[in-house]
Amino acid sequence: MAEAIAFLPARASVLSQRDNIVTDLARLVPADCLIHEERELAPFEIDAFISYRRVPLAVVLPRTTAQVAAVMKYCHRHAIPVVARGAGTSLSGGAIPQEDAVVLGLSKMSRVLEVDYSNRTATVQAGVTNLSISETVGIDGFFYAPDPSSQLACTIGGNIGMNSGGAHCLKYGVTTNNLLGVRMVLVDGTVIELGGKHLDAAGYDLLGLVCGSEGQLGIVTEATVRLIAKPEGARPVLFGFDSSEEAGACVADIIGSGIIPVAIEFMDKPAIEICEAFAKAGYPLDVAALLIVEVEGSEAEMDATLKDIVEIARRHQVKTVRECQSATEAALIWKGRKSAFGATGRIADYICMDGTVPLGKLSYVLEKTAEIVERFGLRVANVFHAGDGNMHPLILFNANDPEEAMKAEEAGNEILKLCVDAGGCLTGEHGVGIEKRDLMRHQFTQPELDQQMAIRSAFDEQWILNPSKVFPLEGRR
Amino acid sequence: MQTSFTPEQLLDPHVAESEKILRRCVHCGFCTATCPTYVTLGDELDSPRGRIYLIKDMLENDRAADEQVVTHIDRCLSCLSCVTTCPSGVDYMHLVDHARIHIENTYRRPLADRLIRSLLAAVLPYPARFRTALSLARLGRPFGPLLKRIKPLRPLAAMLELAPRAAPPAGSAPAISQMPQAQRPGRVAILSGCAQPVLDPGINAATHRLLSRLGVEVVSPQGEGCCGALVHHMGREEQALDFARTNVDVWISEIEKGGLDAIIITTSGCGTTIKDYGHMLRLDPAYAEKAATVSALAKDITEYLFTLDLAKLEPKKLTVTYHSACSMQHGQKIVAAPKQLLKAAGFTVRDPAEGHLCCGSAGTYNILQPEISGQLKARKVRNIEATKPDVIATGNIGCITQIASGTAIPIVHTVELLDWAYGGPKPAKLARKAKALV
Repeated sequence: MAEAIAFLPARASVLSQRDNIVTDLARLVPADCLIHEERELAPFEIDAFISYRRVPLAVVLPRTTAQVAAVMKYCHRHAIPVVARGAGTSLSGGAIPQEDAVVLGLSKMSRVLEVDYSNRTATVQAGVTNLSISETVGIDGFFYAPDPSSQLACTIGGNIGMNSGGAHCLKYGVTTNNLLGVRMVLVDGTVIELGGKHLDAAGYDLLGLVCGSEGQLGIVTEATVRLIAKPEGARPVLFGFDSSEEAGACVADIIGSGIIPVAIEFMDKPAIEICEAFAKAGYPLDVAALLIVEVEGSEAEMDATLKDIVEIARRHQVKTVRECQSATEAALIWKGRKSAFGATGRIADYICMDGTVPLGKLSYVLEKTAEIVERFGLRVANVFHAGDGNMHPLILFNANDPEEAMKAEEAGNEILKLCVDAGGCLTGEHGVGIEKRDLMRHQFTQPELDQQMAIRSAFDEQWILNPSKVFPLEGRR
Repeated sequence: MQTSFTPEQLLDPHVAESEKILRRCVHCGFCTATCPTYVTLGDELDSPRGRIYLIKDMLENDRAADEQVVTHIDRCLSCLSCVTTCPSGVDYMHLVDHARIHIENTYRRPLADRLIRSLLAAVLPYPARFRTALSLARLGRPFGPLLKRIKPLRPLAAMLELAPRAAPPAGSAPAISQMPQAQRPGRVAILSGCAQPVLDPGINAATHRLLSRLGVEVVSPQGEGCCGALVHHMGREEQALDFARTNVDVWISEIEKGGLDAIIITTSGCGTTIKDYGHMLRLDPAYAEKAATVSALAKDITEYLFTLDLAKLEPKKLTVTYHSACSMQHGQKIVAAPKQLLKAAGFTVRDPAEGHLCCGSAGTYNILQPEISGQLKARKVRNIEATKPDVIATGNIGCITQIASGTAIPIVHTVELLDWAYGGPKPAKLARKAKALV
């Protein structure tokens, strides 16, 4: 397949030293932490953004921060590119390596190190999955709030790299609002600590800078995150509409009225059908669009909030309102929603967009998205975090048809430009990665990019950390 | 996911099937999180997504299996936890089946591995040989520590450790149904099985008693053998299909004799395979239809009992932690029925944390991969013991043997507790425990 997005050319000086590099790495990590056989490298050539692939030079899976530091120190000395990898669930290709890169996988560093209820924090290794934090503290009535749909598998390290969001971030904020501290290995192997168990630290907010830096400022090996007490109760309610436009307008009205539900999720008809087929959650199949609105608190609180929301929905000709009756039902409703992307695989391959738009423009962008996709002769399913305007059009295509694959990418680019032009941005939570790199120019001016690149250079002068990503190849410093 | 098979490759029905399975995968990575080996080893090569990639690469390039691919496929437990998790509906079970056959056909294993696999395939599926082997194992146990020190012989040490220390208790004779034929709710055959009747004949005895008491006519057709799962999971397809055909013949002739409402299986590992006979024999015109009939009739004992509306009994002061075998929850998707039956029978039922993770038994896995199996066993036992049960219940003899080797808490088959609750004798293992307490 012809590729629209170029990777940096592999450094010949690195490729020619391959065997020596492997020999040297073998001295830095135990044997079962180093992968270098051709066959075994193949599965690491890709993440969940399936359009691009590059087999890496080697993969190291360290067990300790000291091992990460040793590998970084070595790669820095020899100018070998390093691509960090958590669970490889990136939808923007953030973890796709390149031929001259060492993949630094954190999957063996997956322990919860400390739970501190008096400070309401958990300190975990970077390879711990998002969900397992909540599972660990759930029994004591706490949880970790940001919940990307891939939370079952994705790691906290990857969440920090992409500043991930999730359905429940409407109320609780995204990763950066829930991250208190990190232990990070700098490009030359130096280990630093940023933040701690407190809310703010002296000096520049480097922690804020690291969160969302896509593996380009250093390798986070440990994180301290905020824990939140579980609400008394939580109840997802399904609102069905006859048109996506009405559903979109309803979302803007709910937020505009000052109500902050925990989550407002949107699904259009194709998405409802896909999710129902997998989860059998009882989503209404006779509506054009569905909102999952979750409220929480005491029974009286939930009743009162819901009453207000139902009133607003009525103004938008809501067709069905269904309150969830049991915990099992609630779990199924969320299971269906959170599996939406994967479940789409039942009917087609897809690429998932991640633009964010102002809520007042939701209906407009949905309508235009449908037009764009239709113009390319493709299909689209929409399932996204409506409450914060974070859209995820899934463009369906056949990966075995190169022409269709190319069309899907082009349609995707147009949709993201549409989001930016509507006053939004390229990425809500998936990161820029390789997917949106060349669209950065549509969002930022050269001086704006220069300033960001200056910061990147301050951390990594040689640009060896995840080098092909985020910044367009032309006009780099 | 994109695939690149040639039209010629796709003429092979096995390749065509695998291609279809691969096309469904969108590489989302959810499966890694619930895979016991990924959770244990933290290496994507030992996760479903990694294995799928290795298999795809091998099949697309028409390449013989090599040491690397074999290492990672061998480490797969076939627990099918990934199949439960996968939102895209990737049929990993049949993909890894195909890979195992391909490995068996194209890869020459090291000598010790070959010998041990041949030994297992020649002994385990045959009750008489297995019984003899168990007696020998008791004699051989003192050599265990020595064998453990020699890496290629570790599977032998694992075998010795797993062999029960005492002769299994004999089951008491089943009662004969007293209900007039016309009122009987059904006529069923019970799979005798191969390893289970040797390791624990009490399970089928309890099944027989309970069903008879409920008025079900129970037959035990002559001539059936191992279901084929043990060799099937080693990629020895011909041997597996021979077992399948034998059993299909036996049950079809029983159906012709007097009709069958169900083929009752008390080992969920076998259940998963028998329910797959229709698929395994789909390319055999002489057997495809008959095999599909058999698969449709195959029912786990708890699945069948659940249809019989058993009476709700008074609560008992006994806490049961239910361990759902992988072949039960992932292979056959039977999740609620066993627990609901136990609750209705008056037991307090608890679920262990990480219930989706395998205990490490997985057929011959605990013999062939003793290190990973041992870690999974320890984790499982820790989670079960944290629930402080009086007894553990499960539906698979493999899990019973595995977990029993790691805890002092008695572990029985679910049907033994149900038989006891509905008028049968107390399971021998519980009776022994009570005595020990006195």
